[in-house]
Amino acid sequence: MALTSRHLLRLQGMPSDDIRQILDAAISFKEILNRPIKKVPTLQGKTIVNLFFENSTRTRTSFELAERRLSADVLSFAASSSSVTKGETLKDTARNIEAMKIDMVVIRHNAAGTSDFLSKVINANIINAGDGQHEHPTQGLLDMYTLREKFGKLEGLHVCIVGDVLHSRVARSNIFGLQTMGAKVSVCGPATLIPRDIDKLGVDVYHHIDDILPKVDALNVLRIQMERQAGGFFPSLREFHRYFGVTKERLDKVNKPITILHPGPINRDVELSADVADGPHSVILEQVLNGVAIRMAVLYLLGATE
Amino acid sequence: MNEKILLKNGRLIDPSSKRDEIVDMLIVDGNIATIKAKIPESNEYKTVDLTNKIIAPGFIDIHVHLREPGYEHKETIETGTRSAAYGGFTAVCCMPNTNPAIDDESIVTFIMTQGKKAHGGIVDVFPIASVSKSREGKTLAPIAELVHAGAVGLSDDGAPVSDANLMRRALEYANMYNVPVMQHCEIPELAHGGVMNEGKVSTELGLPGIPGVAEEIMIARDLLLSDYTNSRYHVCHMSTAGSVDLVREGKKKGIKVTCEVTPHHFTVTEEVVRSYDTNTKMNPPLRTQKDVDAIKEGLKDGTIDVIATDHAPHSLDEKEVDYIQAPFGIVGLETAIGLSITELVEKKILTMHQLVEKFSVNPRKIIGKEVRIAEGEPANLTFIDPNIEWNVEISKFNSKSKNSPFNGRTLKGKAVGICNNGKMLLY
Repeated sequence: MALTSRHLLRLQGMPSDDIRQILDAAISFKEILNRPIKKVPTLQGKTIVNLFFENSTRTRTSFELAERRLSADVLSFAASSSSVTKGETLKDTARNIEAMKIDMVVIRHNAAGTSDFLSKVINANIINAGDGQHEHPTQGLLDMYTLREKFGKLEGLHVCIVGDVLHSRVARSNIFGLQTMGAKVSVCGPATLIPRDIDKLGVDVYHHIDDILPKVDALNVLRIQMERQAGGFFPSLREFHRYFGVTKERLDKVNKPITILHPGPINRDVELSADVADGPHSVILEQVLNGVAIRMAVLYLLGATE
Repeated sequence: MNEKILLKNGRLIDPSSKRDEIVDMLIVDGNIATIKAKIPESNEYKTVDLTNKIIAPGFIDIHVHLREPGYEHKETIETGTRSAAYGGFTAVCCMPNTNPAIDDESIVTFIMTQGKKAHGGIVDVFPIASVSKSREGKTLAPIAELVHAGAVGLSDDGAPVSDANLMRRALEYANMYNVPVMQHCEIPELAHGGVMNEGKVSTELGLPGIPGVAEEIMIARDLLLSDYTNSRYHVCHMSTAGSVDLVREGKKKGIKVTCEVTPHHFTVTEEVVRSYDTNTKMNPPLRTQKDVDAIKEGLKDGTIDVIATDHAPHSLDEKEVDYIQAPFGIVGLETAIGLSITELVEKKILTMHQLVEKFSVNPRKIIGKEVRIAEGEPANLTFIDPNIEWNVEISKFNSKSKNSPFNGRTLKGKAVGICNNGKMLLY
């Protein structure tokens, strides 16, 4: 079996069979990660470039680890150390990579659509590791993997994404992926951080977190970027925490366990209180391990489409 | 053109004189000598067969960016007027977002001189000067001097006149010289950082949006100021259904408002942005089907006076970047007539007669450069083949820049030539 596309650019429009295939493959890779010897020769001889035009520790490390576990030759460069700062256009950068006969490119960029652009100008498989506020498909996949592992299925689950949905690529990938797999998605946050017309995507919108808690199986709590306060999207972090923060006190009022996801890094006691982050229903560290497995699965399956 | 040219069998459409008939027209030394049902051919004349073609008063595009001075790598007056000539226009109005801005009479004079030099001056270049010094929106540009040097309108295009008091003064001052203030309508704080229409598609694509109200609020404010000062006000490249409603209501109240739309705003919607093709990025952004429908309705009922292109050339390098970084704008001169016939005439929104009004009669009236088609008048004409089907090929554009989202599109109708200032160009 192979995926229907040779790139992973977005979860929007990705067939459920493709998603299922990636999630299933990740099970075996997670098993490998728990072995004493964690390396397999799957991508031996393949060269992968990690092109990170935007700061990222977590995602880049996760991809690098996944690539090395699969025995690929790995080259990583960050924007600050690349020629991008010298005024080279993205297209020039891409063509240079192409000239070096790279097999796969993992790209993170602060503008939406850059992975699409790259997929049109070069021949390598492109994996979107986050493009602006558009999508972060491997994060969406690892969140779905984590939820499926926890609940046994995705169909019929109700997941609420909490916080800064407007600027979040994680939110978009979760919405598209989960909906395809039959889950219900709601969002909750201040009206200023909810994108226009998101209800037209079949998403219910909440502005009071206590209204949504009794209805959901899981919360995916987004990181609140500190600079959004300066941007005037909400009055203060204190107020945000008070009205949208996920706290033990709030969760205790609901008579059922709610699984807590967070893409990291966490602002403790802003969007998520420390006791919830470290609490029994938090799967945040599980997400990190699953992230490596999912990325191995994606790399393996895209490599296999050649 | 020291010669006699006989145009045979053309369909003369002249809304000013209410003529629509098949005629022969004899042009001698650039002037219309005779218009008659039949003029016998003669060895003295060069004969041009215009069977099934239209003879119209010279088309004008009152919203183009010629980029000179300052941005000659995108376009020059020479290349921009060539693009206009091959697009079917005998005149263009160039916007002042040059470097330096058109805020001094010397620059008005420079542009008009360059225009007269280009291609024997077949395309009239009428500068639109800036409202404020350096287009900074702070103090008035020397409006009287600019108008007397040849500027036909005032605009800080691209940088809206945001200060309501400056706008009021500009309207009052411009009114003394009977030139319109032409506003790029956008509340900067609302449009801030946006790159496409705000709505479902921008939410899906994760691109920052520009809400329609950013345009509408400024139109509403300016209409009130225009009414209060009893001054002429022109809305540039209107893009939303709400804007069409505001102008329609304004006209009903007797406010001296005119407005224009671009061909791209009645041809495509925000859906094309899904490609992340930077040639779909322009300001105002492409809107929704509802807005396209409202614009067509506004064209039909006469609310919208003018079709203008907002011809905005950018080099390939400038556009071949990510969507957020890419500059706003597309070239439009060479696709305008084709898109308009295809989308408006073929779809029965406008008659050919109305199309000529929107491309010639109305815009010329706004800037005071009317042409008459009558014996003894200078021949200022656009010739159109309304039936020809052709494919847009950006590589064949005469403009220095090729940034168009319409490459490969099949269009019906295009200009086949122009005549102006004693020159005839048939292509």
